[in-house]
Amino acid sequence: MDTLISFLITPLQYEFMQRGMLAAVLVGIVCAVVGTYVVLRGMAFFGDALAHTILPGIALGYLVSGGARDTLFWWALGTAVVAGLGIGAISKNSQIKEDTAIGIIFAGMFALGIALISTVRNYAVDLSHFLFGDVLSVSTQSLWLILIFGGLILLTVFAFYKEFTTLSFDPVLAATLRLPVGLLNNLLLTLIAVTVAVSLQTVGVALMVAMLVTPAATAYLLTHRLSHMMILAAIFAVLSGVIGLYLSFYLSIASGAAIVLTATLFFMLAFGWKSLKGV
Amino acid sequence: MYPNTHHKPNQPILDVSNLTVRYNGRVALEDVTFHLHEGERVAVVGPNGAGKITLFKVVAGVLQPQIGEVNIYGSRPRGHVCIGYIPQRSQVDWAFPVSVADVVMMGRSAKLGPLNWPRKKDWDTVNHALETVELSNLASRQISQLSGGQQQRMFIARALAQEAELMLMDEPLTGLDTPSQDGILNLLDRLKQEKVTVMVATHDLDQAASHFDRILLLNHRLVAFGEPAEVLHTDNLISAYGGRLKPVDGQNILNIDDCCEEGEDGHAH
Repeated sequence: MDTLISFLITPLQYEFMQRGMLAAVLVGIVCAVVGTYVVLRGMAFFGDALAHTILPGIALGYLVSGGARDTLFWWALGTAVVAGLGIGAISKNSQIKEDTAIGIIFAGMFALGIALISTVRNYAVDLSHFLFGDVLSVSTQSLWLILIFGGLILLTVFAFYKEFTTLSFDPVLAATLRLPVGLLNNLLLTLIAVTVAVSLQTVGVALMVAMLVTPAATAYLLTHRLSHMMILAAIFAVLSGVIGLYLSFYLSIASGAAIVLTATLFFMLAFGWKSLKGV
Repeated sequence: MYPNTHHKPNQPILDVSNLTVRYNGRVALEDVTFHLHEGERVAVVGPNGAGKITLFKVVAGVLQPQIGEVNIYGSRPRGHVCIGYIPQRSQVDWAFPVSVADVVMMGRSAKLGPLNWPRKKDWDTVNHALETVELSNLASRQISQLSGGQQQRMFIARALAQEAELMLMDEPLTGLDTPSQDGILNLLDRLKQEKVTVMVATHDLDQAASHFDRILLLNHRLVAFGEPAEVLHTDNLISAYGGRLKPVDGQNILNIDDCCEEGEDGHAH
């Protein structure tokens, strides 16, 4: 018993672990709630593309600030909102198919980001930081930003819950009810964009889509109510964050990867259980 | 934030004049003119791709016509929240995590207004709508657990909760067994008593003739509009269905080669 307690307590004696744990929990909740709409509306590819598209913005901020990381959140936020609304507009008006248009933009912007970062000499280290995140280096200031913007996202989802749900289930109904469909769609894209910016330090751009999709998809398998799906997804995300960080601490594996692997394991368990229960 | 146009007095519930709609250069509707009386049940009949769903979407205010106009009680559809659009079952994501009552409550979204959560009055309206369609005992079921007829009735309940005065139904009878079809048709009778005007897209000419006040025969243009007896004669049907209609010689028996139920042009955007 004592060994178990010390096993759990030891990592928390370090301040960076406390901050990392808090960041993983907050980001997990926000991603899970927004991710519920991402899963239900089939926007996983959009989320993945959006996360990659912000790399040049981060790179630019990184070059401008001479390598400082504290201002990067604002660069990420600005790029994500512009990219989110931009991809939304392109995919609506494009002559080629939506996923192709998104694919072209996302790879092009991602390449631009890599090109920018590669102008710095020790670029491999910094690039991997942006790609895969480093939750253990979250500063107190970043933690406040996550808390404030994460809170705003949750408040917005709560305020427009019935509109988002109606729009996601039946866009024609939303139109005949004269809900402001265009505005709500853009609001949802903005929410996903802000979520991406908030989560950047935890999992990085390359693993972002897992935070948006995996806990929500796990919950989707286990419940038939939207509100329950959000709560259950948040629980899975929080568990993944906490367990992932312990794994990261004791096994010395990258924190972002550990969190995503834990979330994936939960999904596989839910999937297996659902299959065994069998229909 | 959410508009709600008031009805002008002494205006028809639906007035469609000189309506022309094109999709990607193709004509979906051409110069369609008609108007409906309050409480009427109208069957909209025509071959696949005749523009039935396009017509519904323009009437619902979801699609803008290039030429012509639609007026609901004297003003354009976009301000009205009294138009209920009931989708074809194949167009719905049945795995969506919502209960029957949740879906019916969605009909209240506009009446609730932004930032408001359902109040007792809204739940009363939803419960009353569920009673009307006889689904009260299934209110908490996830929607995929309903039968086809129950799913269709759920959407009618949603339109009732919306307080729709004009209901547009896309193939509500397609794919249902006879008892379920009768259930829907009985419900249509009940809606008529409550002065709800109903337009139903259908392929079944027999049902159109026996259960509806008027039939609107459509093939991009309005071929005929009137009581079943005057609309359903061979000349009209031949001009609506063209080569797909084979009159059996010497008799008034028609064979329509039109078994496909999905893929209406109107679903494209």
